[in-house]
Amino acid sequence: VTDTALIEPDVLERVLSAALVGGGDMAEVFAEDAATGSALLDDRRVEELSSGRSRGAGIRVVDGETTGFAHTADLSETGLLAAARAAAAVARQGGDGVRTVALEPLSDHGRGDRTAPDSVDKARKLELLTRADDAARAAGDAITQVQVGCGDSRRRILIANSEGLLAQDEQIRTRFNVVCVANGDTGMQTGYESLARTEGFEVFERYRVEDIAEIAAARALAKLSARPAPSGEVPIVLAGGSGGILFHEACGHGLEADHILKDASVYTGQVGQLVASPLVTLVDDGTVLGEWGNFAVDDEGHAPGRNVLIENGVLTDYMWDWLRARKEGRKSSGNGRRQSYQHLPMVRMTNTYLLAGAEDPDEIVAQTPSGVYVKKLGGGQVNTATGDFVFGTTEAYLIEGGRITEPLRDANLIGNGPEVLRRIDAVATDFDMTPGTCGKDGQSVPVGCGQATLRITGVTLGGTA
Amino acid sequence: VTDELLQLAHSVVDRALPGEGVEVYVTRGTETEVRAYEGEVESLTSADSSGVGIRLLLDGPEGAGSQVGFAWAGSLEPDVIAATLADARDNARFATPDPDVVLAAPDGVEAREIDLWDDAVGATPMEKKVALAVELERATRAADPRVRQVSSADYSDSRVEVALASTTGISSSRRRTNAFLSVDAIVGEGADTQTGSGFSIGRGPGDLVPDEAMDDAVLRATRMLGAQKVRSAHCTVVFDQRVASTLLGVLASALSGEAVVKGRSFFAGRIGETIAAEGMTLVDDPTDTRAYGAASHDGEGLACRRNVLISEGVLRMFVFDTVSARRAGAVSTGSAVRGGFAGTPSAGCRALVLSPGTKDLEEILAAVGDGLYVQSVTGVHSGVNTVSGDFSVGAEGLMIEGGALAHPVREVTVASTLQRMLQSVVEIGGDLRWLPGVAAGQTLAIADMTLSGD
Repeated sequence: VTDTALIEPDVLERVLSAALVGGGDMAEVFAEDAATGSALLDDRRVEELSSGRSRGAGIRVVDGETTGFAHTADLSETGLLAAARAAAAVARQGGDGVRTVALEPLSDHGRGDRTAPDSVDKARKLELLTRADDAARAAGDAITQVQVGCGDSRRRILIANSEGLLAQDEQIRTRFNVVCVANGDTGMQTGYESLARTEGFEVFERYRVEDIAEIAAARALAKLSARPAPSGEVPIVLAGGSGGILFHEACGHGLEADHILKDASVYTGQVGQLVASPLVTLVDDGTVLGEWGNFAVDDEGHAPGRNVLIENGVLTDYMWDWLRARKEGRKSSGNGRRQSYQHLPMVRMTNTYLLAGAEDPDEIVAQTPSGVYVKKLGGGQVNTATGDFVFGTTEAYLIEGGRITEPLRDANLIGNGPEVLRRIDAVATDFDMTPGTCGKDGQSVPVGCGQATLRITGVTLGGTA
Repeated sequence: VTDELLQLAHSVVDRALPGEGVEVYVTRGTETEVRAYEGEVESLTSADSSGVGIRLLLDGPEGAGSQVGFAWAGSLEPDVIAATLADARDNARFATPDPDVVLAAPDGVEAREIDLWDDAVGATPMEKKVALAVELERATRAADPRVRQVSSADYSDSRVEVALASTTGISSSRRRTNAFLSVDAIVGEGADTQTGSGFSIGRGPGDLVPDEAMDDAVLRATRMLGAQKVRSAHCTVVFDQRVASTLLGVLASALSGEAVVKGRSFFAGRIGETIAAEGMTLVDDPTDTRAYGAASHDGEGLACRRNVLISEGVLRMFVFDTVSARRAGAVSTGSAVRGGFAGTPSAGCRALVLSPGTKDLEEILAAVGDGLYVQSVTGVHSGVNTVSGDFSVGAEGLMIEGGALAHPVREVTVASTLQRMLQSVVEIGGDLRWLPGVAAGQTLAIADMTLSGD
């Protein structure tokens, strides 16, 4: 896929040596060459085709507890050396003189079986937008507005550090999303659906954009007759693939080692403890090919893992990047990620999912006398120190007498991570994943979430009824 | 230095071919970010960055209007700029021709000269910036015996210069600096843990007040100790300044002319109607230098101006950029905003402020009598829909009993609709505070909200 390294190994060796000239435990060069493209169809017009290019390197020097970081858009040796000196400037004085760095042979993880976005005719991409627009509008006369977006990115990264690591990867991602507005007697409602995969344009051979559009349209239409959501504590049944965002927020962030080591998580010191219902086995897994949070090496050059975080309710491990793993004298779990070369890496989730259970999803609903059935979740947010988290519904229904009945207007759910995880009393077999964008400390990265239909015996639903 | 950027922008505009319109946005900046932890520097970032964003319009078939394409790059190298221009040109070929697609042209409104630059950001030695973060962390740990942890104590600053030029006669440049201190405190008592954050902002390090950040973080955390979930109820909710600013920021997207012309705002078609409580006047005024979002020019190079959006409860106008204004049969209100060089202009607010009332927090609490005081909200992006108006957010704060703050409350939501909330504003504080984001904050009391708890 990539015949040359972004930066030649001998240049990298000289830059890493220069970064450590004042001392320091580790120096790292993260180089990135990213190209993105997007197209937007709005109000029946192709409004915007956009292309972007971002290329540069971030250099960090870790000295004891301190990290110095500088970045540059200049990938020449001169530009890299200047950034290396800037990053080294925070390292303590009195280093041990000249340090030579010898890199291992390059391990290149780029995959050849992906259709690179820039090799696809723009007219073909636009045809997808039009097809989705037509499908959404055909779903019902009440659909008054449709916005269809697609985007792709090709990101080449190269990581070299003074421990000798040298790795390169090419990550290709493709996304497609539809937002519909439906207009009825009670006002306007919105419906959203997206597809996002770590794959090239070939993804559209397996997924029909009409399906994405129809789901978005149906979601908006259903809510036209929606009544206000109840308020107070209610049993909740989450549909399979409705958004594993529940686990992402309820415990995922709290299991990131940077929060743990600062004692800023309710899960600090809980390894080996029962922190969830025995039905909960939670995994973070960057290796799931094609999922939105998938990659061959993380942004520190380490291979991702299938990391079991909670097994049968018992907390087994946290997620680690290089810096936090080093403090504990262990290895990175492949969770060191960053938004771009302009950012420092930190502990991030990849694809976080609850393993499927044994029950029939319909049976779970049938055995719920009253409650709320959540077909689709929106975003969420957590305070890792207290464990309190929220997540929003974008498609939900009342459950009455074990049957799904009336649609409900959007609302947030609020709960406390450890409490909610203990209240999961049924998990079904119908596992599915959904893509999302995770924000932390000002950086966004693509992640996947997954879960089968499950029931929580009580969560506070923030409706008005 | 900015002249050099403007020249660069013009040199690219000059490469427009016959029948093309070109708009070039170039920017250059530096940033510093220091995080302190346990008395030491945990991380220090120092970096320069630059970028270009180019919009290119092609004349479509006679009468059909123009096609627009966009491209950006994180570099100002000549070969990169040339490639970006070529990408924008290629992208334009695929857009739908549209008579409303035009570049902004000078409209005769004079830009107000405003100074948003503090030389101290560049002149202050790194050691002093580091010391600000380290001292903030130390002082916060020492502020109260219940402070268990300071998970972040940050100093950051930035210098940004922007130049914008176009074939339609736009030629503008501006520059700004920002400095920021922030701290997150974790406090504990027995098994109970609570958190609070505080910050201080300014144009330069000399404007920063570390005690303001520290006091706010510690007070917000400690007063939440012992917080409980409460019974669901209907009540008046008093939002503190920071939350009120967030709420106005959300409302801003419904006041965007672009959302309105595309049928994505519940305000569509309601100009001239009473949509808010009688005393409520909402203005977007980026020419007020106290505002964090202050600017001389908008994202298309037109002069920023004072726009009165809601006057005494009556909806008066929306904010427009050039294209959305044409779609609505209006003119730009100088309200184009763009997310840096990688974004295209769209209509938005920069400096919203409500006409202040006369009461301070204490007087508002006394007037409200019983209700909930909310000091922070969560899930705003997932629980507020500016198309339908549905509003539901996670909240923490204190109950208001007998006109004063009482016991702390957590794990509850407050809900209503934005439409109803606007009509139910019962108090607007006189305690105006300029905050980061697109809106100032002042204490705001809204009646008849649903508090959801047990």
